[in-house]
Amino acid sequence: MKSKSLACLAVAIVVLLVGGCASTGGEGDPGASVEDYGSGTGAYTSGASQGGAWTGSALEDPNSPLYTKTIYFDFDQSTVRSDYIEILSAHASYLISSPSTTVLIEGHGDERGSREYNIGLGESRANAIRNFLEAEGVSPSQINTISYGEERPAAFGNDEASWSENRRGVLVY
Amino acid sequence: MKKLLTLILLFVVALQTKAAPLTIEITQGLEGALPIAVVPFAWRGDQGAPPPHEVGGIVAADLGRSGRFKPLPTQDMLSKPSRGDQVDFRDWRALNVDNLVIGEISPNGPGGYLVKFHLYDVFRGEQLTGYSIPTTARDLRATAHHIADIVYETLTGQPGAFATRIAYVTSIRGGTGKDRTEQVELRIADADGYGAQSIVSSKEPIMSPAWSPDGRKIAYVSFENAQPSIWVQEVFTGKREKLTSFKGINGAPAWSPDGRSLALTLSKDGNPDIFVMDVARRSLRPITRHRAIDTEPAWSPDGRSLVFTSDRGGAPQIYQVSVNGGEPSRVTFEGPYNARASFSPDGRLLGMVTRVDGNYRIATLDPTTRDLRVLSTGRLDESPSFAPNGSMIIYATQASGKGVLAAVSTDGRVQQRLRLQEGDVREPVWSPYLKNERNR
Repeated sequence: MKSKSLACLAVAIVVLLVGGCASTGGEGDPGASVEDYGSGTGAYTSGASQGGAWTGSALEDPNSPLYTKTIYFDFDQSTVRSDYIEILSAHASYLISSPSTTVLIEGHGDERGSREYNIGLGESRANAIRNFLEAEGVSPSQINTISYGEERPAAFGNDEASWSENRRGVLVY
Repeated sequence: MKKLLTLILLFVVALQTKAAPLTIEITQGLEGALPIAVVPFAWRGDQGAPPPHEVGGIVAADLGRSGRFKPLPTQDMLSKPSRGDQVDFRDWRALNVDNLVIGEISPNGPGGYLVKFHLYDVFRGEQLTGYSIPTTARDLRATAHHIADIVYETLTGQPGAFATRIAYVTSIRGGTGKDRTEQVELRIADADGYGAQSIVSSKEPIMSPAWSPDGRKIAYVSFENAQPSIWVQEVFTGKREKLTSFKGINGAPAWSPDGRSLALTLSKDGNPDIFVMDVARRSLRPITRHRAIDTEPAWSPDGRSLVFTSDRGGAPQIYQVSVNGGEPSRVTFEGPYNARASFSPDGRLLGMVTRVDGNYRIATLDPTTRDLRVLSTGRLDESPSFAPNGSMIIYATQASGKGVLAAVSTDGRVQQRLRLQEGDVREPVWSPYLKNERNR
């Protein structure tokens, strides 16, 4: 795992161009949309992010948990999955340490079912992320939410692979 | 600076531009459709411009599209009468045609036409009805649809819904990655797909169009300025105003039958609930108050109650509540997912989206017998909307990965597909009866 991560670090500089490290995989085509860059989950370790190789914002550092800004949800569910707790905790710490920063949380759903109900579901997802961040101590004034329901898909297929990519919350700084 | 940027990014125009037509095909017809002949209407003018549309052809196409009639192809006709004294019923009996429509068009003042038509019972050899209708070049198609309505009602006993329109949302995507673009439009077309016009155009989502009961206004949701707002726009002038723009969801507008109120979904108090707004006063009345998702309100035809979608029981189902509020009662019990209900014009049925074996389909429910009938056959069908005569339900479906529109007769026997050449089409809503001639 360590050497894999280092390999990822080696290509981190060009990651914005190619859309992600191939070895992370798992979350579909990361180049499908702007907000899904870095949606792979294996491209960070604490060792790499402390290495000082990255000089820009931690939000843009592929080795920081903050790089992951899209989290996915199960069908008809708006509960934050346990595999995203570490990432969202990092976002909470970042927002607490930077009180002038605000984040817009977008809630999205897959295309199945009725559109306005999916707007409601997208809002529940955005609120679940908001509630998590607030419980970690983030000021409510730093957080805005919007639900796009199924109106802004990240992937366009009519199958579970695309649907699972579309059931998401996106943190937009 | 941010404002300027918003102004530049914002591309919302209220305009009346021509858009690509919808093409309608019948994918499943009614067995035993009534054979009818509609002879091309004759032009009686020596001077002046001949009519821009062939009225008889429009009438025949309307009747054929309903699935209840089988119009005789023009080339099979043995004669082409346009006046009563030219009709020889033997010609039509020989072709096994039950009914015959003939007509003629003559000049009627500057830019005007007079359209006369007769409907005959071929076997009894008598006229069933006949009218003279003054019209103009601009209203000629509408006149043809009115004639189709009269023929349909005379022969079936039910009012026709040909002289109506549909509103729908189109989406055309371009680019990939960061250069991805989307052009979303709210369009209106005649019920036969002709004369499509864009009335709103945006790079942000447009949702949930709803006709006012007089057919003169459309309420819709627009995400322009990165915030969902409910707008009301005059169909003929393009004039519009923002009705709500609260924090959170502003969605699912639905006009009351008297046109004075809008039911809508707002989440300003923390989660989506149903409200009723007095449109003139802009005052809001809460209808539901529940921590679940309550949305997609629709009025009963008597204006006394609303049905809506709620997942208060754990999954989306349909509930009904008085417009005075109070405890909602559950309406749907069959199936794991029922949403987006609306009443048929006579109030007897609810049209809705239901999940069957993992597929999302259009169904009707008789709330008194609890008889649920699944009418469509797609995987991802949504947004059902009744024709104002209750004969058909138009809805959105998928074909070859594209969003298209389809319509199904309320008895499930006739199916139509409506295609747009480019992009996705979704959220069709059928207009009410349009009392006045159009005003383009």
